[in-house]
Amino acid sequence: MEKRSRSFYLLSAFFGLFVLFLYGPILTIGILSFQGPEGGLTFPMRGASLYWFYDLFEEQAVGDIWGSFRRSLALGLMVMVTTVVVSVLGGLAFRKKFAGSSLLFYLCIASLVIPSILISLGVGLIFNQIGLPVHWASSGFGSQLTWTLPFGLLIMFAVFNRFDKSYEEAARDQGATAWQTFAHVVLPIIAPSLIGVALFGFTLSYDEFARTLLTAGSYNTLPLEIFGMTTNVTTPVIFALGTLTTVFSFCIIGVFFLAVWLFSRRKDHSSDAGQGMV
Amino acid sequence: MAAVLLSFLVAPIVMIVIVSFWGATEYSIYPAFQFDNYEFLFGSSVTYRVFLNTFKYALITWAFTLVIGFTVAYYLAFEIRSLKWQIALFLLCTIPFWTSNIIRMISWIPFLGRNGLANSTLISWGVIDEPLEWLLFSDFSVILAFVHLYTLFMVVPIFNTMMRIDRALIEAARDQGASAWQSLTHVIIPLCKPGIMIGTIFVTTLVMGDFITVRFMSGSQRANVGRLISNDINLLQYPSASATAVVLLITVLIVIGLLLRLVDIRKEL
Repeated sequence: MEKRSRSFYLLSAFFGLFVLFLYGPILTIGILSFQGPEGGLTFPMRGASLYWFYDLFEEQAVGDIWGSFRRSLALGLMVMVTTVVVSVLGGLAFRKKFAGSSLLFYLCIASLVIPSILISLGVGLIFNQIGLPVHWASSGFGSQLTWTLPFGLLIMFAVFNRFDKSYEEAARDQGATAWQTFAHVVLPIIAPSLIGVALFGFTLSYDEFARTLLTAGSYNTLPLEIFGMTTNVTTPVIFALGTLTTVFSFCIIGVFFLAVWLFSRRKDHSSDAGQGMV
Repeated sequence: MAAVLLSFLVAPIVMIVIVSFWGATEYSIYPAFQFDNYEFLFGSSVTYRVFLNTFKYALITWAFTLVIGFTVAYYLAFEIRSLKWQIALFLLCTIPFWTSNIIRMISWIPFLGRNGLANSTLISWGVIDEPLEWLLFSDFSVILAFVHLYTLFMVVPIFNTMMRIDRALIEAARDQGASAWQSLTHVIIPLCKPGIMIGTIFVTTLVMGDFITVRFMSGSQRANVGRLISNDINLLQYPSASATAVVLLITVLIVIGLLLRLVDIRKEL
């Protein structure tokens, strides 16, 4: 191993601190969620127990945690599927110039950078004025798509920019139809990136707050529920919930990574999933 | 694709612009075409203070995320030699992005609170005698949370551009006798500009449009534009919320317009 310069160690230390900064707070509430029954919201720990986790499964004074969890999950899956399908189609379409393509591109960028509360407010107002009830599966779904779709599309841009067209030409020369080329050549090559897009779609939706605030209607999604709890729950039960959803998020991420890993192992050439994430 | 964006992006904004001219009573809103909301908005000193505060948050957060993000990206791109480790450490940084923002905000509270970890550690070290009051529910905690939440948006684009810098350029600089610092300022930073710009756009727009972090981390004691809007919404004053939203939107677009002058995003993907 070659000798490293002093800057390497300095930067390593910096990076270590950064990771600690990222994960430290989460670990804190992870630990605090095991508070004993008399414990409060901060240290010191008064015994260690699973009391607050049990409490989570009991009937709550406010809200409906499990209902909101199911809704968030369903919504996340809906958003995920839509995001994957639409961004692949969009990515394919954008490989050629078409009328309005740059306008659409700037719309996507705009959609990413427009403050999310505006989307929330606007969609809420429209539904309100037309007289449609706001519901998490209609208005909530739509406003979340304005956030996940551009992400998905940008990833697909990055993927198709690096895509070698000669594979497709080869398939076509061998007599494959357009659909066969897509299904047997293009799709397997971009599959790891699609998993990345799916991960984005699901997690962004699952954690989305501002866009759903005014568009979810009377049935809350999980982030809304948690936010509601922060204003009127003063026991570590909220930490227990936080720990559980974070663990759940980690599991989801783990599943997706496993999928990417399996995919890239099945194929010989190395996966470019890492770059696709950017 | 176009349909979704039209109905859930363009239409809402058009709606907001329309509603911003409407009038409101205490219980309902009615269609009209009047400038009352804007007059009120621009006539109030609160508006200017709040907008100023929003810019302050955006600027400070930007400075911190840029320095931290650039350093982290530099470390990942140039100091880590094997691709496998690069990807692993990069993912380590990205994972929190996929977990809930709200939870990540909540998790600062036991840390910064009056009896929190930070205070009790400092007291036990003898640095301070009394708990610091300004740790939680202050500008400090708001900016801390922003930096915590959004540094990643800086790391990713900068890392992306750094990975595409031809390593031969840096070697060339070294061969010509440039010190590490010189090759950083004369070679790497100019080449990273697009990444820095994209990160900047993300961070500034996220901070300017945010209302939940400010509300939460300041314990409702500080305000930015997003909170102004959400307060109006809570009072069902949709037209005045819309007027504020329109002004915010225009401000954000101006900022982005200025930034986009400096970089072509589409080329950089």
